[in-house]
Amino acid sequence: MSGTVTVDWTPVCPLDRLEAERGVAALVDGVQVAIFRIDDELFAVDNLDPLSGAYVMSRGIVGSRGGVPTVASPLHKQVYDLRTGLCLDLPGVTLPRYDVRCRDGLVEVRLRQEE
Amino acid sequence: MTGGRLVVVGNGMVGQRFVEALRARDHDRRWQVTVLAEESRPAYDRVRLSAFFDGVTAEELNLHTPDDGVELRLGEPVTGIDRHRRVVTTPTGEHPYDALVLATGSYPFVPPVTGTDLPGVFVYRTLDDLEAIREHARGRSTGAVIGGGLLGLEAANALRLLGLRTHVVEFAPRLMPVQVDEAGGAMLRRYVEELGVTTHLGVGTTALRPGPTGTVAALDLSDGGTVDADLVVVAAGIRPRDELARAAGLALGPRGGVLVDAACRSDDERIWAVGECAAVDGTCHGLVAPGYAMAEVVADRLLGGAATFPGADSATKLKLLGVDVASFGDAHGTTPGCLDVTFTDPATRSYAKLVLSDDARTLLGGVLVGDATAYPTLRASVGGPLPAPPLALLAPAGEGGGGVTALPGAAQVCSCNAVTRDDIDAAIAGGACDVPALKACTRAGTSCGSCVPMLKQLLDAAGVQQSTALCEHFDASRQELFDIVRVRGIRTFSQLVAEHGRGRGCDVCKPVVASILASLGTGHVLDGEQASLQDTNDHFLANLQRDGSYSVVPRIPGGEITPDKLIVIGEVARDFQLYTKITGGQRIDLFGARVEQLPQIWRRLVDAGFESGHAYGKALRTVKSCVGETWCRYGVQDSVGLAVALELRYRGLRAPHKLKSAVSGCARECAEARSKDFGIIATDTGWNLYLGGNGGFRPRHADLFATDLTTEELITLIDRFLMFYVRTADRLQRTSAWIEAMDGGLEHLRSVIVDDSLGLCAELDAAMARHVTSYSDEWRDVLDDPDRLRRFTSFVNAPDVPDPSITFAVERGQPVPTRDTRAGTAPPGGNAPPDGAPARRRQPVALGLPEVRR
Repeated sequence: MSGTVTVDWTPVCPLDRLEAERGVAALVDGVQVAIFRIDDELFAVDNLDPLSGAYVMSRGIVGSRGGVPTVASPLHKQVYDLRTGLCLDLPGVTLPRYDVRCRDGLVEVRLRQEE
Repeated sequence: MTGGRLVVVGNGMVGQRFVEALRARDHDRRWQVTVLAEESRPAYDRVRLSAFFDGVTAEELNLHTPDDGVELRLGEPVTGIDRHRRVVTTPTGEHPYDALVLATGSYPFVPPVTGTDLPGVFVYRTLDDLEAIREHARGRSTGAVIGGGLLGLEAANALRLLGLRTHVVEFAPRLMPVQVDEAGGAMLRRYVEELGVTTHLGVGTTALRPGPTGTVAALDLSDGGTVDADLVVVAAGIRPRDELARAAGLALGPRGGVLVDAACRSDDERIWAVGECAAVDGTCHGLVAPGYAMAEVVADRLLGGAATFPGADSATKLKLLGVDVASFGDAHGTTPGCLDVTFTDPATRSYAKLVLSDDARTLLGGVLVGDATAYPTLRASVGGPLPAPPLALLAPAGEGGGGVTALPGAAQVCSCNAVTRDDIDAAIAGGACDVPALKACTRAGTSCGSCVPMLKQLLDAAGVQQSTALCEHFDASRQELFDIVRVRGIRTFSQLVAEHGRGRGCDVCKPVVASILASLGTGHVLDGEQASLQDTNDHFLANLQRDGSYSVVPRIPGGEITPDKLIVIGEVARDFQLYTKITGGQRIDLFGARVEQLPQIWRRLVDAGFESGHAYGKALRTVKSCVGETWCRYGVQDSVGLAVALELRYRGLRAPHKLKSAVSGCARECAEARSKDFGIIATDTGWNLYLGGNGGFRPRHADLFATDLTTEELITLIDRFLMFYVRTADRLQRTSAWIEAMDGGLEHLRSVIVDDSLGLCAELDAAMARHVTSYSDEWRDVLDDPDRLRRFTSFVNAPDVPDPSITFAVERGQPVPTRDTRAGTAPPGGNAPPDGAPARRRQPVALGLPEVRR
């Protein structure tokens, strides 16, 4: 995925296709993106679990830790901050994040990785 | 002398404990240890000998753990000691020693009465004795025990369990004369006679007479009476095995036993004695706790220490014929000027006596019959001030527990392992925060277990609070949440967290609540909000594997499957290119399915008559079986039939953790039922039920819970066991840990699900009936519902694209994940493995063996 940089927003699916508090995976320019909907907020991170090497993050359980919205890897349950991508259980591990928004009832993703 | 050749004579409980104590201290292996044992079996738990008749096997009574620093020679009795040459002789040779430890134990005393050598007359000491008793009891109807003490009553219970009408003949005017006073003995006699055991007190046996076949047939009593009995057990006391010492010219105690000083050393400085064969300062001790204390003393001494025998605690607590009996300290009130406080309650049929000092301030001893709950506190208070007013201590269902705070530091909490309150408090201060931690670091509670309630109280007294909060979102425990959900009829996680928690939930509480809702039968696990609570396995009704693919396990009840169904599984695996493996639970696991393939695979399986095997759920997995009496030469019941019925009854039951079961068709136990949460073993007349077994991380044999049940009785007990577990266990607590953590353990469980002590049984029965009638196959339910089916795509924006990250190589003719993901290494992108995570090294397994020729 490194080197894949695009500034375009890619429509992925209708908003109502996202279940509350549960993720889906999308394929955007060959990159697997995990998208979550929590209340009215959307989050997008890489679908690759950085610790196991499997593309499974979209299937993790969504929740909160100390008020921070989180997702837990379904493989070994490490918890990540959905706003920053930082792993809250293991320092130094991060989940790449992507831009995500809803326009006209459509969920859109932009692959530019925030620094 | 702190090293060299050490010979231990005897491998009983104390001999074994001595060797363990020495090896634990002898870090530099200064002593080279040889153990010479007369019996052909290594050390076993003689205290629990009678459990053999409850179905506990010789293996389970085993106490011996192999140690490569110790040579154990079984069946090699020592026949002589040559103190000048410092060698012991056995039938096969000689063993030189630098130090010699005698742990020869004792032998049963057989009174000099005519006829004790008749066939059918036994003693009660070794497993061999018990096997012989069981053999002789077959087909006979009446038994008698000579001796109404502790061992005699144990033997009487054994004869009862073997189906014999049982008599007890005791020379003293009451039962258990050593431990119990007259009033306590009278209460005990009432209990014992109600169980159908006839007692003959205050009479001796004058002769044993044979019948026409030459085996024993009757006892003549000193009062002129006769007792018919075709099996007789002599349990009239024990005598120390001191014949080796006697022959070697060592000094003996006034009533026998190897005379030793407080260091347990004999008058030969190289020879020591421990356990029942030792007369410490002239006195022999017939209980295991003083023996253990002696073992520790000698182990310490042999490594240069200066330990001395602290004196014996003759306290005893036991359950005899279902009656709690305890005695401790000066139970008979022999201290000059002492005072008695007695308490008799005919309603609860309990009797208690406390012996106090002449100023009524110091507890000297006591006797409890019928209710021994106050025993741990009382015993530990002997010699110290009373922890509470006497009546409060003796009142049934004791307020007595409150006394633990007043317990002096030097009081022994665990007398089996000589652990004082100070030791426990030090361990708590050192960070031990629960009973298992205390057991691990002090050994308290690891032998008879009677002090475990006190360990809990001491933790409480030290202010150690074990939080039962599930996670940061709920202060309640799983059990409390279960009750809240059940009683208030809450049906969604959001309502529960809003009313009884905080925040958004997490990967701990969400699956717990999902499981509770499922246990209470609230519809399909993927309906509405419930879907978002499920762990990925429950969410996709399949098992997530390391590469992100899933495995599929159809139910094969009891492991029984037709050829046609086997062919379907083979075809499905072939068509979807799945890796296949036979599981430990007698089913077939199909690996490597992508999310979007799952419904297609289920369709084929469901159409062929399969259903979900719930391999993904915290639910009943399999009921394994052996082939049973249908085919097997040894089988005595239809184990496969029962396994199929049980698996179909409990399929889909959501629980705090997975549940496994097995049914064996005979005592050979080919189905390994005793490693399961509930295991069933066939008997000639029914089923034995075992509960709380576990394989895995901490293997544990299941405990025998009930014997010779009809199928109907068996199902009722399992129904209640499972439902009580579902309601009250902690998150991810297997039944083994649940029972161990239960106050009162297996006995409490028995009181709840057999005696209905909490009045819960009807509710538990109804809950299980609801489960059985509302069961529906989760796979079929998804296939029938387009909404649920919609979830089964790899990509929301490309439903037809398979996940490109899931790729396979071929190993031994089957697809396996390609190496990249299997190695578990971090992908390119800069995330290093976390600090401190050890690198895993995959061991090559190819041994260069030739391939199988076709």
